Amino acid sequence: MSVVDALTTPVDGDTNIPLSERGPAAIEVVVGFGFWLFLLSDVVIFSALFAAYAVLADRTAGGPDGLHLFNRGLVLIETGCLLFSSFTCGLCSIAIERRSAAATYFWAAITFAFGAAFLGLELSEFLRMGSEGAGPTRSAFLSAFFTLVGTHGLHVTLGLCWLAVMMAQVATLGFRPVVVRRLLCFTLFWHALDIVWIGVFTIVYLGAGYA
Amino acid sequence: MPEPRQAQDVRGDHAPGGAQTSRGGVRAYLAGLGFAIVLTLASFWVAGTHTVWGPAVPILLAALAIGQMGVHVVFFFHISSGPDDTNNFLALAFGIFVVGLVVFGSMLIMANLDANMMPMEHALQTQH
Amino acid sequence: MLGKLSWDALPLDQPIPMAASVLMIVAIAAVLVTIVLKGWWPYLWREWITSVDHKRIGVMYAVLALVMLLRGFTDAMMMRTQQAVAAAGAQGYLPPEHFDQIFSAHGTIMIFFVAMPFMIGLMNFVVPLQLGVRDVAFPTLNSVSFWLTAAGALLVNMSLAVGEFAKTGWLVYPPLSELAFSPGVGVDYYLWALQISGAGSLMTGINFTTTILKLRAPGMGYGRMPVFCWTALASNLLIVAAFPILTATLAMLLLDRYLGFHFFTNAAGGNAMMYVNLIWAWGHPEVYILVLPAFGVYSAVISTFAGKPLFGYRSMIVATMAICMLSFMVWLHHFFTMGAGADVNGFFGIMTMIIAVPTGVKVFNWLFTLYGGRVRFASPLLWSLGFICTFVIGGMTGVLLAVPPADFVLHNSLFLVAHFHNVIIGGVLFGAFAGYTYWFPKAFGFTLDERWGKAAFWCWLVGFYLAFMPLYALGLMGATRRMQHYPEADWQPLFVIALVGALVILAGIACIVLQLVVSVRTRESRRDRTGDPWDGRTLEWSTPSPPPAWNFSVLPQVQGADAYWHMKQDGREQSGGRTPPRWQPIVLPRSTPVGFFVSFFSVIAGFSLVWHIWWLAIVGLAGMAAAALTHAWRIHSEIEIPAAEIARAEQARRREVSS
Repeated sequence: MSVVDALTTPVDGDTNIPLSERGPAAIEVVVGFGFWLFLLSDVVIFSALFAAYAVLADRTAGGPDGLHLFNRGLVLIETGCLLFSSFTCGLCSIAIERRSAAATYFWAAITFAFGAAFLGLELSEFLRMGSEGAGPTRSAFLSAFFTLVGTHGLHVTLGLCWLAVMMAQVATLGFRPVVVRRLLCFTLFWHALDIVWIGVFTIVYLGAGYA
Repeated sequence: MPEPRQAQDVRGDHAPGGAQTSRGGVRAYLAGLGFAIVLTLASFWVAGTHTVWGPAVPILLAALAIGQMGVHVVFFFHISSGPDDTNNFLALAFGIFVVGLVVFGSMLIMANLDANMMPMEHALQTQH
Repeated sequence: MLGKLSWDALPLDQPIPMAASVLMIVAIAAVLVTIVLKGWWPYLWREWITSVDHKRIGVMYAVLALVMLLRGFTDAMMMRTQQAVAAAGAQGYLPPEHFDQIFSAHGTIMIFFVAMPFMIGLMNFVVPLQLGVRDVAFPTLNSVSFWLTAAGALLVNMSLAVGEFAKTGWLVYPPLSELAFSPGVGVDYYLWALQISGAGSLMTGINFTTTILKLRAPGMGYGRMPVFCWTALASNLLIVAAFPILTATLAMLLLDRYLGFHFFTNAAGGNAMMYVNLIWAWGHPEVYILVLPAFGVYSAVISTFAGKPLFGYRSMIVATMAICMLSFMVWLHHFFTMGAGADVNGFFGIMTMIIAVPTGVKVFNWLFTLYGGRVRFASPLLWSLGFICTFVIGGMTGVLLAVPPADFVLHNSLFLVAHFHNVIIGGVLFGAFAGYTYWFPKAFGFTLDERWGKAAFWCWLVGFYLAFMPLYALGLMGATRRMQHYPEADWQPLFVIALVGALVILAGIACIVLQLVVSVRTRESRRDRTGDPWDGRTLEWSTPSPPPAWNFSVLPQVQGADAYWHMKQDGREQSGGRTPPRWQPIVLPRSTPVGFFVSFFSVIAGFSLVWHIWWLAIVGLAGMAAAALTHAWRIHSEIEIPAAEIARAEQARRREVSS
């Protein structure tokens, strides 16, 4: 008994066969889908933090509330930085697809700069709040605020590190398939951070006072 | 010049973010950026203005945010409702389902507890 | 320099933990010394520790689960003996602070380091074989997942020898678990161990969901996938969706404990009930993460040993996916008594009862599969039959608990303890043993001894009823869970019966160990030469036992559900050797130590964070990053198996089968 004759050559190009029966997917699709699932799981982490924030938003324990702490002008600039970096990251992914190293470095550098600017603004806001006696240990509201926004900031920080590593990989390894797949995952990650930020600025900053 | 095929395999399957060129390229990103800027500015305007009826503001903000998230998914992630995106789309739907349950379920449960139980501050005060 | 760590951390003044930790350290040292003296280390390193083969990783998961079962069961025996003697004013032999650690460790270990690894191990070994592919989607990530799980298990066990474990119960509810009330390191051990192993579980979930959705043999459409793969898909979807909630919730508690945040504290507006809400939003899906793969095992075993296709294949899949969705909508039933109103309690009570419907569908499907079949009562089937009877009882007591007014009486009583042991032992553990016996010959090439296997089953079944039926009665009489001693002398006889039951289960565990020893010794006479010892129906039985590293020399072409059964029916397997095709070389992922190193440094980081040794924590985290980065620059990530080697293996197999 053998598997040998139970086997035939795989089908290719026959469009009458449903997608689900066409055999294993190409590695690019497998990696992209796997990372898509990771992003969904990451969004679920944020959903738990959003839930905690929503529940604790009015628990200021006599301390300052969001309306008095947040600076909407600053948040608008932060939002712009992140949105533009997401856009340039998209342009970077087109440069990657064209295998153009120069364009990849160029757009990656702009993405990095906007991301770093966002992070700098966020840190300055955190430091200002801390100096005003509105640090995370002041109240449950502030604990939830710093954790939610800080977790997003931590993701941005890790994203910047990842971007730097990827540029080093392009420089040393070139556009190998494995490097291109990682770059694709990075661009997805960066776009996802912008989506989470939409939730953050809407619920935390613009929603302050409606809790 | 390597062939510009990415995350779109011969089987006709597609992964999120893949196949940039065939899915709009620069124009898709420009359109996404344009929509996102308009929606973001609209959100900040709605939150700051007094011309909108007060109770409608949170609903409007939520709608604008969801719209903008949709813009990102379509123009930046290149997710469509086509057959080659079935897995991606279903996974996204499952994710939204879970996120909705966790956020709104927690809010409902905790609000219900607060309504039925003595708040902690009162409980602490009555101890003294 | 060493944070909170000092000589006081060693349990020098407590004889029982001291003896236990000395025993543990001696056992580990003995194993390590044996490995070094026998010269096994290079083999272990090359073939197992650095392996990214899903079959090897699956076996390692199962070994981890079996070893941790011994640890968790030791805790159970201590609790049963303590409660059998500590009646009517007697204090027993375990002081409260030790007893509290034992029940916390028992729950944590049994769920996270026995049930989870056992199920994930079975999925690892079986899913790619059943799908007809060569490995999982991300083999290296799979290795990282396993080693992170092992790291979590190691941290929990380190707490036995250095410091203490949580005294708060297995879900460390605040405010008790906050720094103010649990200033020791026990809760920190729990939190870091679970964060590390939870990251591993999340990666497993992503890996297997991707594998099942994207990597299947040609022709293996969704309507042809074995039920075990479907239940594995549901289970891994739940992991992807639920484990992030656990990570976030435990992170909040960590922030409370380490940085003075106020998520769940009594002061400054914290809300401890939010923790309970969030932890069960993970915790209830977790129950189904464990039991759904077990349902898949029973489906495979019952269909095979009844010699029939599974009754109601499609309804089974619909029921599985319905449970997958519904399991996210019932979590409040774990805290009916926390104070929600009748409307909210009522809603979640009804949702809970609705879950019984798809589960009932499954039970009837299994029964109808057996009906009219040519049933062979081998030990995997015995475990399955024991499961059907036991699980139905457990399910019905679950529906009782789902009624909010009844729950107000039964909440936190031994009735609840009996209920969840009823479903977890009767559901998950029986499934694990059924799968272990069923797939063992596939993994190692020889069958397990049936006599010892049946003895183990009967000991477990009888022992389970003796141990837990008295707890149902005690719960109704008012006995609460987690009692170090109790005043009622009337309760003692029932506790003694429960102890007898635990001893019978101990005999069952001994039978399982003996079964393994006897089977290994007599393995030559019990070789599985055909690769198909049970007359199986799914593709894993079309491979040799054990399968080659590449699983399938050519990917099978699937033409229906129960793919291998149809191949056998069509006689396609008999024609083997008539027209040998030209073998193609096969590319496989290369072994890598990155999983082991990441996990090694995660133990260092976790341990030093527990003890506030900050510089060492930075060393650990930097080590993890360095291991990952080193791996990122690895260029040769694949090996090619030459066609000649595949041809040799296939010829050897044909000789074996025809001899």
